[in-house]
Amino acid sequence: MSSLLKLVAQRVALGLLLLLAVSVLIFVGTQILPGDVAQSILGQSATPQALANLREQLGLNDPAYVRYFHWLWGMLHGDMGTALSNGQDIASSLSGRLKNTLFLAFWAAIVSVPLAIILGLIAVRHKNGFVDKLISGLTLASISLPEFFIGYLLIYFVAVQMQWFPSVSTVYDGMSFLDRMKAIALPAATLTLVVLAHMMRMTRAAILNVMQSAYIETAELKGLTPFEIIRRHAFPNAIAPIVNVVMLNLAYLVVGVVVVEVIFVYPGMGQYLVDHVAKRDVPVVQACGLIFAAVYIGLNIIADITAIVSNPRLRHPK
Amino acid sequence: MSDELEYLGRRVAAGKLNRREFLGRAAALGVSAAFANTLLTSAVRAAGPVKGGALKAGLQGGESTDGLDPAAINNQVTGAFARCWGEKLIDIDENGKIVHRLAEEYGSSADAKTWTFKIRKGVTFHNGKELDANDVMATIERHAGPETKSGALGVLRGIDQLKVDGNDFVITLKEANADLPFLMSDYHLIVQPNGGKDNPQAGIGTGPYKIASHEPGVRELGTRHEGYWDADNGGFADQVEIVVINDSTARMAALRGGQVHMMNRVEPKIVDLVKRIPGIAIKNVAGGAHYVFAMQCNTAPFDNNDLRLALKYAVDRQEMVDKIVGGYGSVGNDIPVNKSYPLFSDDIEQRVFDPEKAAFHFKKSGHSGPIQLITSEVAFPGAVDAAQLFQQSCAKAGIQLDVQRAPGDGYWAEVWNKKPFSASYWVGRPTQDQQYSTAYLSTADWNETRFKRDDFDKLVAGARAELDEAKRKAMYRDIALLVRDEGGAIIPMYNDWIDAVSEKVGGYIPYPSGELMGGLALARCWLTA
Repeated sequence: MSSLLKLVAQRVALGLLLLLAVSVLIFVGTQILPGDVAQSILGQSATPQALANLREQLGLNDPAYVRYFHWLWGMLHGDMGTALSNGQDIASSLSGRLKNTLFLAFWAAIVSVPLAIILGLIAVRHKNGFVDKLISGLTLASISLPEFFIGYLLIYFVAVQMQWFPSVSTVYDGMSFLDRMKAIALPAATLTLVVLAHMMRMTRAAILNVMQSAYIETAELKGLTPFEIIRRHAFPNAIAPIVNVVMLNLAYLVVGVVVVEVIFVYPGMGQYLVDHVAKRDVPVVQACGLIFAAVYIGLNIIADITAIVSNPRLRHPK
Repeated sequence: MSDELEYLGRRVAAGKLNRREFLGRAAALGVSAAFANTLLTSAVRAAGPVKGGALKAGLQGGESTDGLDPAAINNQVTGAFARCWGEKLIDIDENGKIVHRLAEEYGSSADAKTWTFKIRKGVTFHNGKELDANDVMATIERHAGPETKSGALGVLRGIDQLKVDGNDFVITLKEANADLPFLMSDYHLIVQPNGGKDNPQAGIGTGPYKIASHEPGVRELGTRHEGYWDADNGGFADQVEIVVINDSTARMAALRGGQVHMMNRVEPKIVDLVKRIPGIAIKNVAGGAHYVFAMQCNTAPFDNNDLRLALKYAVDRQEMVDKIVGGYGSVGNDIPVNKSYPLFSDDIEQRVFDPEKAAFHFKKSGHSGPIQLITSEVAFPGAVDAAQLFQQSCAKAGIQLDVQRAPGDGYWAEVWNKKPFSASYWVGRPTQDQQYSTAYLSTADWNETRFKRDDFDKLVAGARAELDEAKRKAMYRDIALLVRDEGGAIIPMYNDWIDAVSEKVGGYIPYPSGELMGGLALARCWLTA
C-alpha cells in the first residue's frame, strides 16, 4: 500500500511540476503577443505621458522574470489581479464563470459517461448484430455533426417548435436549482451527444480486445452468462483505457465548449476567455490559461492513478 | 374609410403594422400624410402604454469586457443599457429633431459661441440626489478633460470654458458651432452625479431604470426607478433585461421561443423568412449607417484622383444593395451623409457603375498592375462578399483588384486606418458636421481616407459657424461634392437598421438614428397584456 501512496505522490508532484512549466509557457506566450499592453488599453488617443504612466503603474518596466515571479506569487495566493479592460477583480468574475462551466460539465458528464459505458457494454453484448450497429451508427452520426449544428437542431425542434426548454441558457445568481437545470438542458444534451461516441466506441473496443483473451474463453467454458463475463472479467481489465478516454472527454467538457456556450448564450469560461483575448486583456488570459491547464493536468493525473490502481502490473512495477 | 384607418391605427398601436406601411395604406385611402400621422399618434395613445411586466431584448454586441462607464460605451449592449439607466441633456427624436431631456431649454448667443442650457428641475438620480447644473458641468468636464478616455472627446474638442450660473449650464466655444445642441446628444454624454468623477462605473443616472444586475457579456438587468421624472413617456415595464446573444441564429430562436421580446441585427438574408413568422414584426429603418471602402489619399497609388475615380466608377452599387444587404438599404453616392441628415441636398447626381469611365480614368491615372484591398468578416456584415463583387465589377473595367482577407481579431487595430485600402463601416451621426468632423477633417483621428485638404477643412468650419440655414445647406452641398469627386471614400451602400419585435411590444417607433429606436426601445416600450 505504501508503494501505492508513493506512486500517487510521485504523479501529483510531476503534475505540479508540469503546471509550473505551463505557467512559464503561458507567461512567455502572452508576452510575445503583438502589441504593447499599455498601448492596447489606452488605444488610439494615447499620449506618450499617459503611456509612460500606465507602464509604470502596471510594472511593465521591470524585467520579464521579475514580473513572472510577481504574477506567480499572486496566483499562488489566489490574487489574479484586475482585468485591464473593465477593472473588475479577475478572481471574483472568473470564479462565477468557472462555477458555471463546471456545473454544465458536471451534468453533461453525469449523463454521458454512464450512458456511453452502458451503450458500449450493450454493443459488445450484441457484437456485430443489429443493436451494435444501431448504437454505433447513431453515436457516430452525432459525433460527425458539428456541435453547433446539433445545437441548432435541438434549438429548432425542442426550444422553438415544442417549447419544452429555453434556447437561451443564461444562468445567474439567485436562480432556483430547477430553473438552472431547465436552462442547461439543451447545452448539456448537445455536449452529451458530442462526447458520447468517443467514449462508447472506446469502451466497446477495449472490452472486445479483452474478450479475445484466453481467460475469457475459460470463463465461457465455465458456463458464465455473457453479461457476467463482461461485468466480472472483461470490464475490470478494460477499465484503464476507458478511464483515459473518459477523462479526455471531461477535460473537453470543461475547456472546449466555446461554441456551445456561444450558441446557447451560456456564461462559461470559454466566451470569457475569447472576449479577453480579443481585447489583449493579458492578466485574464493568463489566469484562464492556467486554470485550463490545471484542469487538464488534474484529470490526466486521475486517469493515470486509476490505471495504476486498477492494474496490479502497474501497481507493482519490477 | 375612417373605420379602416382606425383599424389600421390600432394595428400599429399593437405593433402589427409599421408606421411606414400605415402611412402607405393611408395614402392609398386618399389621406394626407400629416393627417394620417395625427391619426396614428392618437391611435397609439388611445391604446395607451401598459405598466408592468418584464421587457426583454436579445442583443448582438456585448462582451465580457464591458463596463458601466458611459465614457467607454462602444457596443450595442452598453449603449442600449445606458439609455435605460441614464439620460443626456438633449436627445434626437424619430424625425431627427432635437428634444429637450435634462435641459429644459437652451439658447445661444448671436455668434453661436456661447450656449446656455437651463437644467430641468425636479429630476432625481437613482441615489436620491437631485440633479443640478454642477452635475452636468462635471459630466462634460470629465468627458472633455485632458485625462479622459471618453469616446465623446472628439465632439467636445471645441470647448473653451464651462461654467454654472444658478440653474444654467453655460458652454463657451473657441469657435462658433451652430450644431452644439446636437453634440450634447452624443451617446457617451450620460449625466452622472458629480459627472461620475467619484466612480465612473457606478451606473447611477436619472433614467427610468436602476441597475439591478450587471453581468458583462451575459445580461443587464434594470428595475423601474419610481422617482423617474418623465414617467408618462418611459419606464413602463417593471423590469427591463438585455440578454447578450451574439449568435444571430440563437437570437432569432430566442425571439421565436418567446424568451426575448425584441432583437437587433436581423440578417438581411432571413428577413423575408422572418416576415412569415406569426407574432413577429420586422422593423427596418433607413438611416445614416453606411459601408465604406477607404482609400488613403496620401498613399500611392491612391494619391492619384483619377485612380480613385476609376475605382468609384468600378463599383456596381445596385448589385451590392441587392446582394449584400438583401435590398434593405440604398445605393451610396460616395458621400458619407444622406437624406436622413438635416440640410442635405438631394439633387446631387447619383454615381452609377460605368466600366468605360472606370477604364478611362484608370488609363489616365497611369497606374498599372493590381490594386490590393483588405477586407474582413468584421469590417461590416458581408464585407468579404462585397469585396469579391467589387473584384468582379473591377474586372469588367479591366482593373485587377486583389482581395486580401484579414482575420477579425485585430482588424480594427492592425488594418483599418493603417493600411491604404480597407473596408469599414459608419453608423451615422446626428449632423453632417459631426460625420465630416469625425472622419474627414485633416485633424480627425479617424480620418480613414487621409483626406487632408485645407479648403475642405475651411468649408466645414465655415458651415459649422453659419446660422443661416439656406447658406449652410449650400455649403454642405459643396462639401459633399468635394468628398464625392475628390475624396478617398468609396461608399457603395447605406444599410437599413433591421430589428425584429414581438407583437407583445407596444410603443415601438422606428428611429433613423439607430437600431431599436436608437437604443430607446427598452426605456420607452411596454408589454401589451
